[in-house]
Amino acid sequence: MIRIDSVTKRYPDGTVAVDRLSLDIPDRAITVLVGPSGCGKTTTLRMINRMVEPSEGGILLDGKDIRQQPVNTLRRSMGYVIQNAGLFQHRTILDNIATVPRLLGRPKQQARARAAELMERVGLDTALAKRYPYQLSGGQQQRVGVARALAADPPVLLMDEPFSAVDPVVRKGLQDELLRIQSELGKTIVFVTHDIDEAIKLGTMVAVLRTGGRLAQFAPPAELLSAPADPFVEDFLGADRGIRRLSFFPTTELELQTAPVVAVDAGAEQLASRAGAPYLLVTDLDGRPLGWSEPDRLTAGAVDTDRLLPYGRPFVPGTDSLRTALDGAVLSPTGWAVAVDGEGRAVGVVSQQVIGEAIRTAHSRVAEQAAEHAAGQAEVKAG
Amino acid sequence: MNGFFDLPSDLQHSYLGLVGLHLREALLPVLAGLLLSLPIAQLCVRFRWVYPPVLGLTTVLYAIPSLAFFVVLIDYFGQSETTVMIPLALYSLVVLVPAIVDGVRSVPPETLAAAQAMGFGAVRRYFQVQLPIAVPAIIAGLRVATVSSISLVSVGMLIGNQGALGNMLYDAQIYHRPVLAVNAVLTIAVLGLLADAALVLVRLLLTPWMPRKGAAR
Amino acid sequence: MNVLDFAHAFFSDTAHWHGYDGIPTRFAEHVRYSLEALLIAAAIGLPVGLLTGHYGRGGNTLALLATAGRALPSFGLLVLMFIWIGFGLLPVMIPLVVLAVPPILVTTYEAIRSVDPSPVDAARGMGMPETRVLLQVEVPVALPLILSGLRTAAIQIVSTATIAAYVSLGGLGRYIIDGLYQKDYEKVVGGATLVAGLALVTLAIFWAAARLTVSPGVRRGT
Repeated sequence: MIRIDSVTKRYPDGTVAVDRLSLDIPDRAITVLVGPSGCGKTTTLRMINRMVEPSEGGILLDGKDIRQQPVNTLRRSMGYVIQNAGLFQHRTILDNIATVPRLLGRPKQQARARAAELMERVGLDTALAKRYPYQLSGGQQQRVGVARALAADPPVLLMDEPFSAVDPVVRKGLQDELLRIQSELGKTIVFVTHDIDEAIKLGTMVAVLRTGGRLAQFAPPAELLSAPADPFVEDFLGADRGIRRLSFFPTTELELQTAPVVAVDAGAEQLASRAGAPYLLVTDLDGRPLGWSEPDRLTAGAVDTDRLLPYGRPFVPGTDSLRTALDGAVLSPTGWAVAVDGEGRAVGVVSQQVIGEAIRTAHSRVAEQAAEHAAGQAEVKAG
Repeated sequence: MNGFFDLPSDLQHSYLGLVGLHLREALLPVLAGLLLSLPIAQLCVRFRWVYPPVLGLTTVLYAIPSLAFFVVLIDYFGQSETTVMIPLALYSLVVLVPAIVDGVRSVPPETLAAAQAMGFGAVRRYFQVQLPIAVPAIIAGLRVATVSSISLVSVGMLIGNQGALGNMLYDAQIYHRPVLAVNAVLTIAVLGLLADAALVLVRLLLTPWMPRKGAAR
Repeated sequence: MNVLDFAHAFFSDTAHWHGYDGIPTRFAEHVRYSLEALLIAAAIGLPVGLLTGHYGRGGNTLALLATAGRALPSFGLLVLMFIWIGFGLLPVMIPLVVLAVPPILVTTYEAIRSVDPSPVDAARGMGMPETRVLLQVEVPVALPLILSGLRTAAIQIVSTATIAAYVSLGGLGRYIIDGLYQKDYEKVVGGATLVAGLALVTLAIFWAAARLTVSPGVRRGT
């Protein structure tokens, strides 16, 4: 665990970048430092690998003061990823990734083999190994940056706005990739960003810092959304945090209806039996959704697929959140969301009303848990 | 430093007279070089392929020793100031052309696009947008060209005392008065530094939009 | 007779190809003076430029020193040193080194300063020692500019080393000075052509050196 213990960073001109900040950064999880510019998030990150030395307070790594070991030994034990990747333009991709293993004195061949392995891990074609950074796109360069940070297999990864300089589509890809890599490697990641959506998407824990380097709130993202500590955090989270919070509610318990789903080749009998539903979801022969239709507009055996209503964006129960399900329901002109399995085959439909019920249930469950937690805390204190 | 400013009569000038002569022989060529390099540089900016051969040609001219240049030109212009000034003007091109080309090229494309969108014609855009933004680079080139021109004039001494302050070097040897050589070297160096400072001042006056912080190069 | 005729006459005279005043001897002398001056200037300019550039300090002092160095007239300095020190290589080396240090120093400083700071930050963050940051991250990227500074210095030295002949030393300047006094334009033009040729060879050597030492990842645009 990285423990930031009442750290202050004051510059000679008197500006205070970080003000008595204390944070316990959990192992094998992503901790995001987020806040407006000038909140000291980058300074805090850079104090962890001693790129910046604190004026007061200290930082402990697994209980030991980070100043106890030589600075470069410390830095080599932590991966470091920065905005724009900061690749060495005079070295090939492979040699860029092999930098830290080489610094640690590993033989060149071994370091390169390891680098090639990492290229695959971060989703880079190994055909790029002999290229130079300028021949890669911004997103690819950033992947190289991550691979380089992982090369010596450090337990800790420090990431300073690594995805800020790429366009939104590429950024989403990189975020998903990071989550995938993290699920495989389980590093202790400290991630700095100014983008609250990125923080909520990636963070296991999120520390919101305010201008002047003071901690505003340190909580899991769901808690941040449900119970912002103060108006600053609330304001920083933005307008639609109620909707965003739904991202943390599962769809496992949604009751799906299968009755309104019919295949495109459905017979007259089958159609007649479903006539009670206001709309029917027509699927192709493999079960993939094609669109909605009012039951009486369907002719048995000769469905005109061109006249079907769009079915919006389907969700995968269990994998996707209530937010995706609700989104699907809102996008669909019928007000029903379509649930599909991993292969895209319709497994049922669910109405806005049912999703609304699920949201209320989820909220009350969280409230109960919070109450239990508070009671537990009270007991501890009383004891 | 006895007799520091006491010049032998064969120099045919007072100390200040020599300073004036020296400055004229050094600065006129740089001015000519500047007037010549502006259109050349613009040509290099407009037609990219012109730049490498121009650069090659000026570099070759630069590699010809000043003395050889002077001697060859004696045939055409005699042992005169013109003979000294022509090579100096050509030398200044080596520094000025790349400086102006780089300066004009350093104008951000969006600035040019904005100027175009506001209806600036090509000529107006050059004089009101590109040239002013290139001023710092041009002055940086002028500083190098001016200082080396002031220093090079002294070689003119070898072709029949056309070296202004440099002529004192000859007298220092024949009259065994090292102090004259010291005087020449120091005066030339001080003139160079003053000219350099003057150009820095000009830049500050011409570019009030530049941030003042940081090193003046 | 024009310049080309002079040059032709000079080079076709077989007497110019032999002996202590022959082209090979003078050429070798010129190369030796130039190389020595360049090495001394580089030994001064490179380390100072690299260190000041790396630490980003002393830029103003450096610019001032460089301007002062440029302002000192090479020829004047030569005569002065000759008067003070007397015959020898030293009075020649001093002005040549004073001439060559400023471009090396200033360009090296600028080259290191203009290196993109983010790879440098990344290198430090990965635990690279400062010397390695300088030599393995900054210098390879700054190399094209550093070489251009050395090239400018080398060309100036080659051209200016002709003044060595004025203080009775050899080199290609011999032809120019002797030609001047003997009113033998053949010699002057021949000597000048040789110096310009040597300068071109110098350019070619630097071009080849850049091809060999600059990483293809850095070379692109240039």
